Amino acid sequence: MKTRTATILLSLLGAITGACKGPGSEAAPAAPAESAKAAAATSAAAAAPAPKADDTGPIKVGILHSLSGTMAISETSLKDVALMTIEKINAAGGVLHRKLEPVVVDPASNWPLFAEKARELIQKEHVSVVFGCWTSVSRKSVLPVFEELNGLLFYPVQYEGEESSYNVFYTGAAPNQQAIPAVEYLMSAKGGGAKKWVLLGTDYVYPRTTNKILNYFLKSKGVPESNIMEKYTPFGHSDYQTIVADVKKFAAGTPTAVVSTINGDSNVPFYKELANQGLKASDIPVVAFSVGEEELRGIDTKPLVGHLAAWNYFMSIDTPENKKFIADWKEYAKAKNLPDADKRVTNDPMEATYIGIKMWAQAAEQAGTTDINAVRQAIGYQTVRSPSGFTIPMDAKNHHLHKPVFIAEIKADGQFQVVWKTEGPIRAQAWSPFIPESSKKIADWTFPWACGNCTEPKFKTEGAVAEK
Amino acid sequence: MMQLFRALLVALVAVTLAFVREARADSTVLDASGLCATEGTDVARAVEQIAARRDALAARVLSAMLDGDLRVDASGAPFLAQRGDTYQALLAGSGAAKPPLRTPVVDNQLRRQLEPAIAGLRLSVADDDIRLSAAEDLAKHRNDELAPLVRKALQSEKNAKIREKLSLALAQVDLSSDDKQKRLGALAAIKSAADATFKPDLERLLLKDEHGVFREADADVRRAAASALGSIDSRVMLYSMVGNLFYGLSLGSVLLLAALGLAITFGLMRVINMAHGELLMIGAYATYAVEKFFQAHFPAHEDLYLIFAVPAAFCAAGAVGLLIERTVLRFLYGRPLETLLATWGISLMLIQTVRLIFGAQNVTVANPQWLAGGVEVLPGFVLTYSRVAVILFSGVVVAFVWFMLQRTPLGLHVRAVTQNRDMAAGMGISTRRVDSWTFAIGSGVAGLGGVALSQLGNVGPELGQGYIVDSFMVVVLGGVGKLSGTLAGAFGLGIANKLLEPAAGAVLGKIAILGFIILFIQRRPQGIFALKGRAAEVT
Amino acid sequence: MSAALTRLEPVLPKRGWAAFGAVALLSILLVPALNSLSPSSALHLPDYLVTLFGKFLCYATVAIAMDLLWGYAGILSLGHGVFFAIGGYAMGMCLMRAIGEAGVYRSKLPDFMVFLDWKELPWFWRPMDNFAFALVAALAVPGLLAYGFGFLAFRSRIRGVYFSIITQALTFAMMLLFFRNETGLGGNNGLTDFKQIYGYPLHAAGTKHALYMLSAAGLCAAFLICRFVTTSKAGRVLRSIRDQESRVMFLGYDPTRFKLFVYTLSAVICGFAGALYVPQVGIINPSELQPSNSIEMAIWVAVGGRGSLIGAPLGAFVVNGAKSWFTVALPNAWLYILGLLFVAVTLFFPRGLVGALSRIRK
Repeated sequence: MKTRTATILLSLLGAITGACKGPGSEAAPAAPAESAKAAAATSAAAAAPAPKADDTGPIKVGILHSLSGTMAISETSLKDVALMTIEKINAAGGVLHRKLEPVVVDPASNWPLFAEKARELIQKEHVSVVFGCWTSVSRKSVLPVFEELNGLLFYPVQYEGEESSYNVFYTGAAPNQQAIPAVEYLMSAKGGGAKKWVLLGTDYVYPRTTNKILNYFLKSKGVPESNIMEKYTPFGHSDYQTIVADVKKFAAGTPTAVVSTINGDSNVPFYKELANQGLKASDIPVVAFSVGEEELRGIDTKPLVGHLAAWNYFMSIDTPENKKFIADWKEYAKAKNLPDADKRVTNDPMEATYIGIKMWAQAAEQAGTTDINAVRQAIGYQTVRSPSGFTIPMDAKNHHLHKPVFIAEIKADGQFQVVWKTEGPIRAQAWSPFIPESSKKIADWTFPWACGNCTEPKFKTEGAVAEK
Repeated sequence: MMQLFRALLVALVAVTLAFVREARADSTVLDASGLCATEGTDVARAVEQIAARRDALAARVLSAMLDGDLRVDASGAPFLAQRGDTYQALLAGSGAAKPPLRTPVVDNQLRRQLEPAIAGLRLSVADDDIRLSAAEDLAKHRNDELAPLVRKALQSEKNAKIREKLSLALAQVDLSSDDKQKRLGALAAIKSAADATFKPDLERLLLKDEHGVFREADADVRRAAASALGSIDSRVMLYSMVGNLFYGLSLGSVLLLAALGLAITFGLMRVINMAHGELLMIGAYATYAVEKFFQAHFPAHEDLYLIFAVPAAFCAAGAVGLLIERTVLRFLYGRPLETLLATWGISLMLIQTVRLIFGAQNVTVANPQWLAGGVEVLPGFVLTYSRVAVILFSGVVVAFVWFMLQRTPLGLHVRAVTQNRDMAAGMGISTRRVDSWTFAIGSGVAGLGGVALSQLGNVGPELGQGYIVDSFMVVVLGGVGKLSGTLAGAFGLGIANKLLEPAAGAVLGKIAILGFIILFIQRRPQGIFALKGRAAEVT
Repeated sequence: MSAALTRLEPVLPKRGWAAFGAVALLSILLVPALNSLSPSSALHLPDYLVTLFGKFLCYATVAIAMDLLWGYAGILSLGHGVFFAIGGYAMGMCLMRAIGEAGVYRSKLPDFMVFLDWKELPWFWRPMDNFAFALVAALAVPGLLAYGFGFLAFRSRIRGVYFSIITQALTFAMMLLFFRNETGLGGNNGLTDFKQIYGYPLHAAGTKHALYMLSAAGLCAAFLICRFVTTSKAGRVLRSIRDQESRVMFLGYDPTRFKLFVYTLSAVICGFAGALYVPQVGIINPSELQPSNSIEMAIWVAVGGRGSLIGAPLGAFVVNGAKSWFTVALPNAWLYILGLLFVAVTLFFPRGLVGALSRIRK
């Protein structure tokens, strides 16, 4: 019996390796490695869905957010806010005198499914633009699809940077628009003059990269290695007893701050443990980059008062634009009978989604078409009056939004009280100057660079100087 | 006798006079409007001025401000915000608040100023607990300005614990004093408290500067510092051991509560209940619903919600369990692997139902006041009330399950049916009804686990998913069908996990534990406590 | 020739061979052919469906492997996601290396290693440059792991529910391991951003067709192999182990050897499916190792019907098709529909869709 199995397995193997050589003869010509991407660009234009069918019908807009699975907790309200914004735009006459038609799909917090659904949205539904994704892994999963099919994605969540794609517009914060100002604040006398740093995160790419950038940054500010503690926990970790005790031990006797990139679900047990072990914000402030109003809804905030968060928007920001945004949202939540409608809050990624859709609509109006190439050219020069009260431009070069930075303390009612903010919107650094390999890279999609991660321009011209 | 009496009288008068002098500030005048200034420096100055009154009123105003309950009316009079939008005047004789009421903004910078200021004001309070917490606050950070005050308080302080904290507070100042005796005294205080907070200070004393000269010139002081450092280090070691053991116990009790329901539904009834996690989740949501109900109808007794949540969660999860058993599982007995598929489908539906009713977001379940916080039993090691409560609660639930199984007629029937179904049926036991009740009770116990989990972590639709694998591990490791096995499995895993975590990190620790379980089951397929005889063959 | 035929006879009856050939040819050729039609044609199949079907075919292959193990040997493994993922990772590593310096950092190392400040390739990455080696690894590593794990488990006579649960522990532990960034397999993000396979660009229609056809051929091959095993003498022993293991032992057979063989074979097939899955979906990461994914694999088999080898792939198609369809059509209700499907199948169609169909025919 054994020999028979062996023969089968061997012949099977032969079949595969043999078959593998097959495709060249019958299908696409073999492309050498370097030209693979170039081929993508050319074939993409051909493959691009030409929404030629009827220019008077509705414009389809994809919404790619998980409505089930672990990410549903964060992403559901982004879907809702996107639908609200689209409804508003339609009520005001739509785009190019055409209504927008949202196509909602559920990638179910499953990363390969994100790619599959993205492909479906572009190829089957012929959407003109997609708003969606949360977490870098979901974005990384759909990125090849958008690049291959020349789609357009608006990514609304803060992320680790180190990326700039021709097909993506990033409306969330890059590290220099969130993490670095927060750390600078905690170093200042007002923020407590922290000397020791605990970098605490869930073990995935956003915390890893952010902490790497912060590590370089702290060292550049003269913080010795021994004063930095970096710790990671697995996804869904719910027992923070040991870690909080370690933080306490580490911090003993020195002003210390905790920079938390702990992911959504683990925050509740973390903060509960923190409060119960008696770590107060006035002793060891914790600044979080993934905790906003929406996350605080699930936390008893009384013991957290004074801990910090850094974002580009807070619901408590007092501007007329924000009042209207919140009122619209509450009205929409009531009208659509969303669960807990009267207690719905707004947060940073929701604002980013809202800005993204507005910006795309403006750009399509300006371009006079929903053609992706034309719209992309136009988006880079749009500005939107944001709920946070600033006129926010999109950067044509690196496809990131210029954003103001706010640092705020948690209040007992689950809202934030802004304690520090930038004068105006600051430009995103797609590539962090604090990471040696990245510091040389340029993201610039305008002539002559036309590249997201290059060290020299794609087109040779006299005296081309890039702006980092 | 007469003389003694006179002496007492004099002393009494002197004390009264002293108090009167202390309270020289007029308790009917206090302008709090400075606390609402827009500039941080102005607010800080206002706080300083109020603290300088050194009277009870200042303490009340400042602590109300720290808690966010202070309101200042148009005339600058301070009020204390109370439940239901009523305001209590803090000034004697001030009338009703004149609108608009302003709330002073407090941020961390201000908190760092307010905490020691309030602590300083409270050092002369009669209540021991308040004085102790004030002394603890003062011991946290070096504060030169308050040092004379602390020194005075220390002289008249009788309570040993408070004395220790006060001398620690002083030690931070005295450590850099020019007086060698003061430095040595400070080190003695540090050594006896062995508080890790001082480690950096002590290490600094032992450092040499760039010329190779000790920063601390005096050899006696250096020796004292080194010995204090040594005793801190050994204490820290010991306490972290104790701490880890407690954390392990606490994790074990969580695992136990998560797994106990499964020990009944899976262990006794052989239903591979993949919806077990969702029953935990329903228990947690029942807790949330009870909390909401109390907030709406009995806001004054909100903290009691947890007590009512226990039966509510038991009934809610039990009812869902009963429904599952009656509609689906009863047709699948004897086909354990198929119960797995059906309950998996049920779990998907339960998750989605909860998501549609309560929303995808997590909901807030607050620790009641009596479970919030903890007590620092050893320096650096806090026994948190919620964890202690969960450990105790797990004990109660185990006792309940044991009693139910061993001492009630239903328990007798359950054991009879699980041991030999046909024989039990032959004895006139309605096996169907027993099945239903067993499953319902197992589910109810899972609901109780949910109450405990709601106090420690998230309450969201996915809550159960995180516990399902762990629960099965506990039951299988302990030995299916044995309550004592589940107990041993849960605490064994909890403690092993927490002892590994400091060395290996959270992730590797968990992997190691899972690897161990796999190997252990291979050595002893029947778990720690094996069933003997025929029952062991039924799988 | 005729001798060969008689040897093949037990695997499938003559008419069965004909039907199998027709279905195999159709499944291999139809999709690429329809996709090649001009987009204006009514029968044109959009590109995204080619990769979608390709993915389903990989799932179906896994389902067959599961069925061989569960339906015929009565061993329910709830950790087959491990083998699938390892196969996928092996292929993913090879594809990662094939990116060369076209990655985000223009480095010779994969991007995530640049992130982590690694200066050179870890030892287990080095041979993955070689396509053939990666292919062998995609089959051999799952096989070896299954052999080792199965050896320990079956030797100590772990059965039924216990086996299912420790395989869950296995996949859970592996998931945590692969999540760690230090493990060197890309952490949570896993491996992605592939450009080409064996020199062919991955997004080209031809490559996609070829991958699809390979998946279809792989499914057919897996079917034949499993069919061959189940119709052989070993298959009969396996079935008797499923029904009465102690009795088989008394008859002088060693059930451990048979179980180990079929468990290992099933793992190898899963690894193969994983290796074909990754280039088509373009990403492999630890979420494939989630315990729930492995449970879903068992559910495909249950829905389709155990012990027929035809039901399993059918179940994989139906469940995944339903998932794909309902996540778009009824995003809020699809969990109900899936849940109800599982409950209904176990309650009313214990032999799955195949059983239900044959009942209807009668």
